[in-house]
Amino acid sequence: MSEGVAVELRRVTKIFGEVIALRDVSLEIKEGEFFSLLGPSGCGKTTSLRLIAGFDHPTSGRIELHGVEVSGLPPYERDVNTVFQDYALFPHMSVAQNVAYGLMIKRVPPHERAARVAEMLSLVQLPGLGDRRPAQLSGGQRQRVALARALVNHPRVLLLDEPLGALDLKLRQQMQLELKAIQQQVGITFVYVTHDQEEALTMSDRLGVFNAGRLEQVGTPAAVYEHPATDFVAGFVGVSNLVSGVTAAAITGSPETFTIRPEKILIRDAGTAVYDGMCAADGRIRDVVYLGAHTRYRVELAQGGELTVTQQNVEATSIDVQAARGRPVRLLWQRAHNRPVATRSRATQS
Amino acid sequence: MSHAAPVTRRISTYLYRRPTLALALLLAPPLIWLGVVYLGSLFSLLVQSFFSLDGFTGQVVRQFTFSTYRDLFTRANVDIILRTSGMAASVTIAAAIAAFPIAYYMARYASPRKKALLYLAILLPLWSSYLVRVYSWKLILAKEGILNWVVTQLRLDGVLQWALTVPGIGGPSLSVSLLGMFIVFGYVWLPYMILPIEAALERVPESLIEASGDLGARPAETFRRVIFPLALPGVVAGSIFTFSLTLGDFIVPYVLGNSALFIGQAVLAHQGTAGNIPLAAAFTVVPMVIMAGYLMAARRAGAFDAL
Repeated sequence: MSEGVAVELRRVTKIFGEVIALRDVSLEIKEGEFFSLLGPSGCGKTTSLRLIAGFDHPTSGRIELHGVEVSGLPPYERDVNTVFQDYALFPHMSVAQNVAYGLMIKRVPPHERAARVAEMLSLVQLPGLGDRRPAQLSGGQRQRVALARALVNHPRVLLLDEPLGALDLKLRQQMQLELKAIQQQVGITFVYVTHDQEEALTMSDRLGVFNAGRLEQVGTPAAVYEHPATDFVAGFVGVSNLVSGVTAAAITGSPETFTIRPEKILIRDAGTAVYDGMCAADGRIRDVVYLGAHTRYRVELAQGGELTVTQQNVEATSIDVQAARGRPVRLLWQRAHNRPVATRSRATQS
Repeated sequence: MSHAAPVTRRISTYLYRRPTLALALLLAPPLIWLGVVYLGSLFSLLVQSFFSLDGFTGQVVRQFTFSTYRDLFTRANVDIILRTSGMAASVTIAAAIAAFPIAYYMARYASPRKKALLYLAILLPLWSSYLVRVYSWKLILAKEGILNWVVTQLRLDGVLQWALTVPGIGGPSLSVSLLGMFIVFGYVWLPYMILPIEAALERVPESLIEASGDLGARPAETFRRVIFPLALPGVVAGSIFTFSLTLGDFIVPYVLGNSALFIGQAVLAHQGTAGNIPLAAAFTVVPMVIMAGYLMAARRAGAFDAL
């Protein structure tokens, strides 16, 4: 992987009428990287992608592709290609014509075009389907055609707008692995928009978490998961307990807000000894959700508030865990797992 | 619910359990109407065209013959057919060219409010009598009319005079010429072209246009390769209206025309004044054959591929 910067957003703001879709976002995506833009709907991730593609233009700020400013350029002047959420396959053309579209526009000679289309269709595992119409394909096949149509042009950056959103879970998981494999094979920078945090964690080299038009945090999946910068990131990437105010003070001695992941907490009998470097909270199990491999407990704390705790069902059976409801317990965890977070996003929302 | 009359309830339940019967009951009246009255009369028309008129007695001879079609293809009648088809074709092309930008604006750019206003503006003329509109165009196009005045103010009267000297389409003034007829046909049929094109364009997702640009196509290329092919079914639907309405019309040629007849006038003359029903029938078969040929050609050109 080279160290060059493929995509750079510099202090980009985008306003649609009275809606601020992006506020002062700065972002660098490295060459050859699989970068995900993650966030809930309406957070600005798709807007960012559309600005990079050139479908929309920033209200202020600049966008650079490989060090060249492209802010005012139309999509057809940019060396990026997009895989659309609805695939946007041309219904009046065959699969092969769809894939060949970009090559035809660039006046690539027909025999070379045909060879590259065939090669690309076999890369996305659709050999021999070139004569079909898009309407005759399944959702997963259309998704592959959309990918082939973009990749055949050898863009330096590939933009993907929730490309797996319309697929069922099994197919989505399979496509996640395939996409990642294809990305490593072709070595193109992928910018991937998704609202699915698991998808982003699985596939990305790095990811950026968006909320309400702001970029909250950029980092590797492990860094974002283990060291969430804000309460929003902690809650959105994985499940997290947000502890603040009186409850925080009762546990740590300080009212500063922190987060603690549910899987880091142990459930012990009430009155279990607390060692140095550990946090403890007493409470009562209020809710039990049996999830097969693990169980999710909701524990009502004596000092107010509640914590979500997940435990692997190593020994416990579903009968055991159901019986835990109502039981008084002591929750224990390593103090080191507490993550202090900024509550910036909450403050800006109110 | 217990007060509901048991008979209606039983009928409802009976029909609910026999959806085919319910459908048949609903569709039978319009289908019978369409089948007997419409297709039946069309068929009798076709049959009539294979009868002939006894020139001596003026009676229709009910015997199968091609002689009426031989009459149809005499020089004078072929002129009528070519003139009418030429007019229909040029009106259709002009209407399509004029309609496309309006339809495109309505489908892609207009706010819901502007779109409603444009719909109203397009449909409003259809609420008034067709005859009134044609006669008002007669006044607009007259030598003393407003159009001539505007053209003169713009010092373009020389151009107009030159256009009116062109043999075949010219005449003493716009109100008595094929050129004027072309303008009026274009006006009266324009809504029938705009609406289907607008409907077709509205069904083209924005993302297809973006995808084309994303793949390197400039707007003109996107129009040629994506937007126009996908709007083509709408253009064909609209052109069926403009083409067939022009082919069959006799009022505009009557009001604005000269001695050169159109198919509609020929039909009127043959079945009314001359009492030559077979030849009138043969004349009406012509537009149907032309339309069938046109649709087949459109189909082969792939106009309906995206449907």
